[in-house]
Amino acid sequence: MQDVLAANENMAEENAKLFGDKRVLVVNLMASPGAGKTSFILRSIAALRDDYSIAVIEGDLASKVDAEKIKAHGIPSIQINTGGGCHLEASMIRQAAGHLDLDEVDFLIIENVGNLVCPADFTLGESVRVLILSVPEGDDKPLKYPFIFKGSDVLIVNKVDMLELTDFNMERLEDVVLSLNPDVKIVPLSCRTGDGFDEWISWIKERLEVIVRRS
Amino acid sequence: MHELGLTQSILEIALDNAAKNEAGRVLKVKVVAGDLTGVIDESLRFYFDYLARGTAVEGAELTIDHPPAIVKCASCGVESRVAAGQVFACPRCDALTVELLSGREFYVDSIEIE
Repeated sequence: MQDVLAANENMAEENAKLFGDKRVLVVNLMASPGAGKTSFILRSIAALRDDYSIAVIEGDLASKVDAEKIKAHGIPSIQINTGGGCHLEASMIRQAAGHLDLDEVDFLIIENVGNLVCPADFTLGESVRVLILSVPEGDDKPLKYPFIFKGSDVLIVNKVDMLELTDFNMERLEDVVLSLNPDVKIVPLSCRTGDGFDEWISWIKERLEVIVRRS
Repeated sequence: MHELGLTQSILEIALDNAAKNEAGRVLKVKVVAGDLTGVIDESLRFYFDYLARGTAVEGAELTIDHPPAIVKCASCGVESRVAAGQVFACPRCDALTVELLSGREFYVDSIEIE
């Protein structure tokens, strides 16, 4: 009896060891297309770049659009084109990491392919799994895509500036998400206005401090 | 889903075990894929036949078992079989505090060789 996903799991463990040795905090950022992954990364970079050195791995079906956006801000950025693949795999991260000088990186953000299904099954060797749900997608998503909500450490609820335009019920969302995953940290914010963003930054800074102090 | 990559892994497992046992040919590959893995049989079979060409697995019979999704409710204690879309609520008392007992397993159970 041999697990079909074991090859990915083994590679993910090797990645985690590499990132641990190099003292890099790694975020696997997951969301559906259009939830605001790239805006979230850009705002996080702006808030953290003075204190930490940051790099980004961008996963996309095609194009270099996102990596170019990040590079324009002077941050090392590697684009992985999955060529139609619906998720990133640990071996792709291994390859991409080879193009980064990990000794010089404190914080690595991996933007997964926009998809709430497949990325849930493939760990990459990350330290923290962050999921973004945006208000226009609706508060019913946790019950439709339970595995990705169950497996996340942080849930960012983005675009709260649009709450008034929708029937999105934050309490209902929190109730459902916390019953699926009692340990998840939920942070409502807006990448557009910046509302709520400080809470995310202080959460991730606590973890970054542990890494940086060790080095 | 992503059946091409999954089928590649299945084939690698079969070929690896065949080589270890010095088998000339693989006759049968038995895969277990829980109802919640979302694996599509036709797609798996298509890639299996395609990728097996010219290898020791060519012509092997592929069987795919689908164990059902079963949850156990922490609130009322009842075990129930659920549909893929209702995995995290207890069908008896509606509580969301359920533990998944089966349905996500995905492995190569056995191979037959000669």
